[in-house]
Parts: sequence; C-alpha cells; structure tokens
Amino acid sequence: MAAQAERRWLLLSPALLILTFAASGPLLIVLVYSFLEAGDYGGVKWVFTTDAWFNVVAERDFFDETIKIADAHVSIFWRSVKLSLMTAVAAFIIGFPTAYFIATRAEKSRDLWMLLIIIPFWTNLLIRTFAVMEIIRNEGVINTLLIKFGIIEAPIQILFTEFAIMLGMVYVYLPLMVLPIYASMERLDFTLVEAAYDLYGTRMRVLRRVIFPLVKPGVIAGSILVFVPSLGAYVTPRVLGGGKQLMLGNLIELQFGQGRNWPLGAALSITLLAIVMIALMFYVRVARLEEPQHGQ
Amino acid sequence: MIEISNITQTFGKGRDAFTALRDVSLTIRENEFFTLLGPSGCGKTTLLRSIAGFVYPTAGTIKLQGEDLLTLPPYSRPVNTVFQSYALFPHMTVAQNIAFGLEMLNQPGAQVKSSVNEMLALVQMTDMADRKTSQISGGQQQRVALARALAPKPKVLLLDEPLSALDFKLRKEMQIELKRLQTETGITFVFVTHDQEEALTMSDRIAVMNEGRILQIDAPRAIYDHPAERFVADFIGETNFLEVDVLSVEADDATIKLTSGATTTARRADTNSATGQATIAVRPEHATLSDDASALLRGTLEDVIYSGTDTHYHIRLQDNCRFVVRKQNHPGTMEAHTVGHQAGVFFDRGVAQILRD
Repeated sequence: MAAQAERRWLLLSPALLILTFAASGPLLIVLVYSFLEAGDYGGVKWVFTTDAWFNVVAERDFFDETIKIADAHVSIFWRSVKLSLMTAVAAFIIGFPTAYFIATRAEKSRDLWMLLIIIPFWTNLLIRTFAVMEIIRNEGVINTLLIKFGIIEAPIQILFTEFAIMLGMVYVYLPLMVLPIYASMERLDFTLVEAAYDLYGTRMRVLRRVIFPLVKPGVIAGSILVFVPSLGAYVTPRVLGGGKQLMLGNLIELQFGQGRNWPLGAALSITLLAIVMIALMFYVRVARLEEPQHGQ
Repeated sequence: MIEISNITQTFGKGRDAFTALRDVSLTIRENEFFTLLGPSGCGKTTLLRSIAGFVYPTAGTIKLQGEDLLTLPPYSRPVNTVFQSYALFPHMTVAQNIAFGLEMLNQPGAQVKSSVNEMLALVQMTDMADRKTSQISGGQQQRVALARALAPKPKVLLLDEPLSALDFKLRKEMQIELKRLQTETGITFVFVTHDQEEALTMSDRIAVMNEGRILQIDAPRAIYDHPAERFVADFIGETNFLEVDVLSVEADDATIKLTSGATTTARRADTNSATGQATIAVRPEHATLSDDASALLRGTLEDVIYSGTDTHYHIRLQDNCRFVVRKQNHPGTMEAHTVGHQAGVFFDRGVAQILRD
C-alpha cells in the first residue's frame, strides 16, 4: 500500500509542480503585493497597509480627506460584468444554432464546418481585433456601404463604444461557445428528437423540452468559457473601446503601467479572480440544483 | 384503414442512390396486428418511418382513414412509434415520459395525470412512476416506451423491432403482453421484425418483404403453409425445395410429377398457371418417413439429429437432393431409423406448395 501511495505522488508530481510554481506561487505574490505600499516608480515598498484594498472601491478626497465611493472603479466593474454577461448571451444566441446546424450535417461535412469555426480561433487575437475595427470604423466596410446606398448620410459611430467591445468579444470567443455545445450535441441521440416529434412536439417545443435540457452541460460550459475571459479581456476593449471604455483588464494594466500603483493593480486582480470564482460557484450550484441526486 | 399506394423511396443521388422501397402497396385494416417481416435492409423500417413521417417517400401516397398523411408533419400525424432503442427521454422520469405526448397535445393537467396513471397500470409500472429511465431494467424501459406511445391514444401504433434487445424469456412474455395490449386498446399495430417466429406468434397478417418489395401478404398460417415464393418459404421456417414437373392444373391445385416418377397433388400459387418445370416447397414436419410402397421419394438416411422436442432426419434422395423430415419425439420411443438406412418419404396430397417463379 505504501509503495502504491508513493507511486501515486510520483505520478502526480508534474501536475503538482506546475500548480505550485505556475499558478499558486504567482497568485501568492499578487496577494502579498496587494497588502504592501506602492513604490514611487512602480514596484512595492515592504510596508504593510490595506490602502490598496481600500482604493479598490473607495477614494479619499485629495483636499478634505472625506471618503467616497470610487465611481470610476465601480463603473468599470459594472461595465466588465455587464459586457461579459451580454457577450456570453450573444455568443449563446449565435453559437447554439451554429452548433445545432453543424451537428445535424452529414458526418463527412461536419469536420469541415468545425474547421471553419476553429480557423479564426488559431489566428492572432490582435489581428482579429483589428479586422473587426476595419469593419466597424467610420470609414469602414459597414459605414461606407450604408452611405453608398444612401441609407445614412453621416457614418454611425460604432467603434469606441461598448457595443464595439461586445461585438469584438463575441467574435473572438464564439468558438469557445460553439465547441462545447457541439460536443454535447454530437452525443445527443437524435432518435430522442424523432420521438419528441412523434409525440406531437412542434419544433420550438422539442427544442425547449428535449434538445436544450440534454445539451445544457455544453451550454453551461460554453457560457463559462466565454464569460471568464471576457471579464478579464484586455486587447479587445483596448483596441475597440479606444481607451474611453475601460474594462477590468485595462484598469489593472493601468496600475502596473502609467499608474505605478502595483498594490492596487494586485488588489484589483484578486477582485477579478473573486468575481470569476463567484460566477463559477453560481454555475456549479445551478447545475447541481437542476440534476437532483438520486439515492442509488 | 391505412392505404399505402405505390410507395417508392430512394436515398441519395446519382451513383450513391439506394432504393429502399420499390412500388410498395398494401392496406392495413382497422384493429389489426399487422407485421412487416423481412431480413435487415429489406425496407421494412423505412416503410414504418414513412408512415411516422420521419422519411418522405420519393413517390406514392399514404392515407389514414382516407386522410392524406404525407401532407402532415410527424407531430400532426395521429400515429405513435415505439422505437427499437426505446428513445426514452433520459432527463425525465417514467411518469414524465408517458405524460410528454399528452402535454404536447395541450391536454389539461388533471387529464394528463389520470391518463398517465391509467397507462402505468396498463403496463404494470405504477411503482416505478418516479424513477429515472436509467434506473429501470430493459424490460421495464420497453413497457414505458409502450405506455408513452399508447398514452395519446393514437389511431395506429408503429413498433420498430421493439423486442430485439430483450433476452429470450422476456421476449416471449412481451410477445403475449403486446398481443394483450393490442386487443385491450383496440389500436391498430404495425409491427416491424426480422424474427419470423415473433411474426407468426403475434400477427393477424404478415407482409413478407425483401429488397424493397412486398412478396406476400397473408395470415401467419397461410404464409407458413402456403408460401408464394421461394424467398418466403426459405425465410420463414425450414423448407425442402424440390424440382417437379407440373402435368396439369385445376382450380387451386395441380398434378405434379416428382423426380422419382411418383405423382401427387400440390397447391398452386395464385399467379402460377403454367404446366412444365416448377419448384415446390414441403415443410419438414409435413412429411413422414415411410417404408412401404406409398413412399413418394426414396433415398439414404444421412443424419439423424435429436433436438429435444423433435428429431430431424436428413435424407439424400436418389437425384442427390437433400430432404429433411421432422418428427416429434414422444417419451419412450427410440429413433426407429439409423444412418445409412434406406428410407422413403411421404407427404399428403395438397401439402406441397408450388412456388411462383
């Protein structure tokens, strides 16, 4: 038994090493930094303080020292959560029918369709984001065409809006929604769909009562996979938000760069992580409630 | 009740095209237990699926009580299917599965509940109502699939090899159960199977199919005793085939001359009226061993095979054909014949069936 246990640890060791040094270690450093004082030119001074955490949500007036809520931070938090949720929803609305379409193609052509979904995913993020920019900017494809056909007279401002950020994130993270839904959809026994049609289920009701409940694990996985990176997105809001519409990722970057406030950046990072954890726990909870455990 | 006229079903295009049904026509009567019997790939399941609406025929019409079914989507056809794999919804309980069709028909809650209870009682699954479908046995899943399909009181119940996944004993029980359900509910059953014994046991009428065509439609007994074609005779039960010379034909019968020179009377398939060369079928249990002068055929006993209920005698005839005679065993009697023994074969007049070319 002892030898077996030893062997088990040996096999686990590569994973443990990576988790310790690549995940837990840096995370611990970030946590420690969030309780230190900011250095004058970046970095930290090894003096314990909770100022950084205080500054995450509040700020002290420069003159009379009154405490008020840090409106800028709160609005960035709110925007991040809102845009990430909207991105996940939009990705679901586009991704679900896409996955259904692919899963119902002939087996031969399915791989080709999947490849078409995955190829953009392999392309550099920055290039894809600039491609979206090219389409939606004032002199871009959409506005040029709309003006040419006389539908509008002046270009619509799409770029540098929250909508532009959401559009960019949906485009970038869509494969993360399609892939897990497709995976559940492919495992779906389509005889069940036939049975539902046979039992007088119309298209929408079959979708709602049979198909959706059975592919829900894929939908949940896809939503998490889209929501989490959206929440910490940096490149997309930076390029498509034009520095006016900051999201959490940009705010954090700001503290480590121009802001020279590493402890605040660290505290914001931990906050972001906390939001993600809460979201994940919420999902796990929902998944459990939906699938009551039977006593067998 | 169901009139199927000139149904042709082709899948694919060009070189890959595959014709599953070729100009199939048949009529299924009210309250009938009708079986489509044939080997796999004969088109029986395709025919069932086109009644259900899962495939759309390339040509032909299907009418149910005079109403054109082909204009209706599957969810508007008053027919329900019991699938080979049962296709029970895994995310629902037994009761929820049975209620599904009733809910889709927008029946009021109380009515759904009482119908579900009625169905649970009918298939003896009342105790299992709140179980998940993964928590019940194959036989129980089978019952739930039946109850689910019967609950909306369809005009026709379609059954696609529903017993094939069950073990032998359970299958026997379910055969009787199915027949009981059909009698009790008065619903027309269209049953698909490749198991000839299953077909003979349960059906009012059987349609034997092969390669997308219907070869014969008749009552089980008529199919067994008077197969119209070589394929039907061969597919259902065991048969001896003999080449004969038809000397003359009467109304239902014909006088034939066997290769041994003996003459007897054989039943005639409806379309076959020609004299001359023909093939006849004789069931092994319809023939007897005979040592006296009445024997129609003579040969050498090659094998004697004991199989519990009866014994099979394999005889090599004078013209080198093989002929099997089956005799039921009785306690205490020993096999009267041994291998190598010269044996004669006799069968009654009218037992042999002339097969269609």
